[in-house]
Amino acid sequence: MASKTVVPINTDTDVVAARQKGRELATELGFVSTDSTLLATAISELARNIVRYAKCGEILIASMQSGDRVGITVVARDKGPGISNMSLAMQDGFSTSGGLGLGLPGVKRLMDEFHLVSDANNGTTVTIKKWKR
Amino acid sequence: MEVPILKQGLYLIASIQAALSDVDLVHLRDALAEKVGKFRARGVIVDVTVLDVMDSFASRTLRDLAHMTRLRGAETVIVGIQPEVAFAMVQLGLTLEGVDTALDLEEGLAFLDKKTKRHTPRG
Repeated sequence: MASKTVVPINTDTDVVAARQKGRELATELGFVSTDSTLLATAISELARNIVRYAKCGEILIASMQSGDRVGITVVARDKGPGISNMSLAMQDGFSTSGGLGLGLPGVKRLMDEFHLVSDANNGTTVTIKKWKR
Repeated sequence: MEVPILKQGLYLIASIQAALSDVDLVHLRDALAEKVGKFRARGVIVDVTVLDVMDSFASRTLRDLAHMTRLRGAETVIVGIQPEVAFAMVQLGLTLEGVDTALDLEEGLAFLDKKTKRHTPRG
């Protein structure tokens, strides 16, 4: 029952498509509705960051299994300019684009696992995981 | 997906029917700011019952919408935020501070009636 979807992110309508895919998979795997909402919201923020900072990228949404635990991994990848100050980007209230500056720390709070890799040459990859309760 | 805006008495009611893109949200904000003048509306209700995600952009745009219509002389109330959406918003740190909210359309109308009640004529 392994499932994997890649959603290309180029415009603001792709943001909606990506979070809907995430919710679909969460529902399919039997996530409680609150967790589906948290996941969809996190995907929305990551997709939004791609459109805002990198212009284009992709979001991979896949089911995962560990023992008898089931969950969802989301990988948001872009070849954008990278995040120049990672610790600053993870501070609540920090934004370089005039946004609310809640994106990444907020996403981390919504998820069970959060991993951020970014540099100027390779762009930014954010990996998040949510396990079924 | 354009959001229909209905006029009811002194109020405008925008009832969101499906997921909105950023462009749709910005369009709704601007349309309401304009229609408040056109219809001389005193209150605006934005019904977000069907929205299953309220992320930072949606929150900010709704907040701007409320502040813009207030500057135009109308009060805005956001109604229908679902409990799970509220939970996700709080986790993200999105509190819609300075924006009035109500449980549903009925409560929203009651809120506006109270808030926009005209002063009784003097003398």
